[in-house]
Amino acid sequence: MLSIKNLHANIEGKEILKGINLEVKAGEVHAIMGPNGSGKSSLASVLAGRENYEVTEGEVWLDGKNLLDMKPEVRAREGVFLAFQYPVEIPGVSNINFLRTALSEIRTHRNLPQLSAKEFLKMTKEKQALVEFEAKLANRSLNQGFSGGEKKRNEVFQLAMLEPKLSILDETDSGLDIDALRIVSNGINKLRSADNAFVLITHYQRLLEYIVPDFVHVLYNGQIVRSGTKELALELEEKGYDWLKEEFHGNAPVKNI
Amino acid sequence: MEKDDLMLEQLANREYEFGFVTAIDMEISEIGLNEDTVRFISAKKNEPQWLLDWRMKGFKAFQKQEMPAWQNFKMPEIDFQSISYYAAPKQQAKYASLDEVDPELLRTFEKLGIPMSEQKQLAGVAVDVVFDSVSVTTTYKKHLNELGIIFCSISDAVKDHPELIQKYLGSVVPHTDNVFASLNTAVFSDGSFVYIPKGVRCPMELSTYFRINAENTGQFERTLIIADEDSYVSYLEGCTAPMRDENQLHAAVVELIAMKGAEIKYSTVQNWYPGDKEGKGGIFNFVTKRGACRGERSKISWTQVETGSAITWKYPSIILQGDYSSGEFYSVAVTNNMQIADTGTKIHHIGANTKSRIISKGISAGQGQNSYRGLVQMGPRAAYARNFTQCDSLLIGDRCGAHTFPYIESKNNTATIEHEATTSKIGEDQVFYLNQRGIDAEQAIALIVNGYAKDVLNQLPMEFAVEAQKLLSLTLEGSVG
Repeated sequence: MLSIKNLHANIEGKEILKGINLEVKAGEVHAIMGPNGSGKSSLASVLAGRENYEVTEGEVWLDGKNLLDMKPEVRAREGVFLAFQYPVEIPGVSNINFLRTALSEIRTHRNLPQLSAKEFLKMTKEKQALVEFEAKLANRSLNQGFSGGEKKRNEVFQLAMLEPKLSILDETDSGLDIDALRIVSNGINKLRSADNAFVLITHYQRLLEYIVPDFVHVLYNGQIVRSGTKELALELEEKGYDWLKEEFHGNAPVKNI
Repeated sequence: MEKDDLMLEQLANREYEFGFVTAIDMEISEIGLNEDTVRFISAKKNEPQWLLDWRMKGFKAFQKQEMPAWQNFKMPEIDFQSISYYAAPKQQAKYASLDEVDPELLRTFEKLGIPMSEQKQLAGVAVDVVFDSVSVTTTYKKHLNELGIIFCSISDAVKDHPELIQKYLGSVVPHTDNVFASLNTAVFSDGSFVYIPKGVRCPMELSTYFRINAENTGQFERTLIIADEDSYVSYLEGCTAPMRDENQLHAAVVELIAMKGAEIKYSTVQNWYPGDKEGKGGIFNFVTKRGACRGERSKISWTQVETGSAITWKYPSIILQGDYSSGEFYSVAVTNNMQIADTGTKIHHIGANTKSRIISKGISAGQGQNSYRGLVQMGPRAAYARNFTQCDSLLIGDRCGAHTFPYIESKNNTATIEHEATTSKIGEDQVFYLNQRGIDAEQAIALIVNGYAKDVLNQLPMEFAVEAQKLLSLTLEGSVG
């Protein structure tokens, strides 16, 4: 489904991704871990098409289409969903109106008929139940006045509504208490299917106890330095990242990373 | 930032949708302004002597007055001698039915989207159309007549209801008020008149559509609305003008009078031609609007959506005379490209327990300059009067400006005045977030801006709120890359 080949990217002239290679197949869940500043969120941003990143080398393909040629909204309509680490607030724009607009754009792009107001509301109710997100959405502005946890859960709810092929969750677990983490994870597990794929960006192994990944990758200094199965996450939990850093730098002392 | 540059570039490409000229024979007065011009207009309209006398008083006041100099922009040189003060379609001015109206004129109305068709009438909108200077037709008059409601052109009101005109015209905005109001007094061409009798609730929105067509003509309409005791009326004016290279002057006067227990809701959707991206052409919109809450528990509410004009200079104000009377001012003003808006309100609390609410939302894009100017005055009798003001500014790009000039005067220490103000920028983060959900940048801006202006748009009558939303989106179309 997703094929990343030798991806290099800069932000403000500084190289931040230094040759990423990653293959994600339909039905798979990949976890990307790594210390702060290793490029995890940058990878998510580049895949979603954030403008201040400049891709200098490499290719990204989504089901045979060149992702890097597409505007951010086209990537979204093609089925790339980014659950934001810090979802923005948009005053005065109701959650429902926003979702209706988004869904309508996506369905138009996918040549699907538009939903009637009734169908849309029915779908909203079902998906809210699925991800256990009870918030009253109709009269509330997008993310405004939401707690940190509610914002994250709203991201997962949107994911459920928009039914993407590839979902990238950028530290969706951060800032969640243990109950919220369980609810969010349950939601994602229910959304997993043979037709979609998930890339989970996380600092902590904790999330992976709830959402069991097929593969775990460690991103360090703009490259994937190690890949493995869920056991790798446990190893990282136990030993931290320093041993990998040392290995990467050929046992040279590591400073200020 | 790179994105802002893109925004600005695209902003410049936005074009005015209503910039067509209608080819209709017009009767236009010679350019220039003197006592003869005033007499010519008055004679054309077969006016009584008292009205000509009043016009003359206005003209004399105009000659003595200076141009205002306190606003937040340099007042352009206006050559009052190069303007023609009267333009009328060269046909009989009144039609018994729409069939008799010049089809070309009807097509113009159609392009403007004026609800003149039978269906729209059934939808409950009565429209008084002012095409340049003469009111062409008034629909729905009969039904309103049955309720005792008078809705007609001001010229007709002069003929048919002289006692009301003599009593109230100029009673809220005197002929000496300011240079543009004095000019309007001298040369006003036409406008709308509304009278709602005691205890009557007007069953439909009343609406006027103004449009400036002929070159070099100023439009000086005059509107007078009187709501007698315990009556209610909601009135909407919409404005458009064709594209012209030269600036055109629009100096209107609106007077509202609400008696005891009466309520007037006055909404404006202003979409005059704003000039091109270099600031060439466009309407100078210098308008005086004022309402008087004369009786106890009366209420006046101004709602304005200002998206057009090269310069907008208007401060719809409210005089709260009656005890427990209340006033509201809701405003969205958009400036794009080289547009300037200096707008706000004045609320004079005279009676006790009066209250007022001001919600102003400025939106600046391109190199637009947007100023909120507001005065809240608590007089010595205004015991326990209350005001709340919220004044927000939204910036798109980094070459535009937003300014606020709130003035507060209180002569009663039991009165309370609250003022809140915010300034924000449409963030790239907000736009990207919406992009990432499949919504393109243009629609993202439209969503964000409409969300920002929601408190004001909600005040508009339903069908006009939809129109205003579209207009906001159109005005800012292409404002991001």
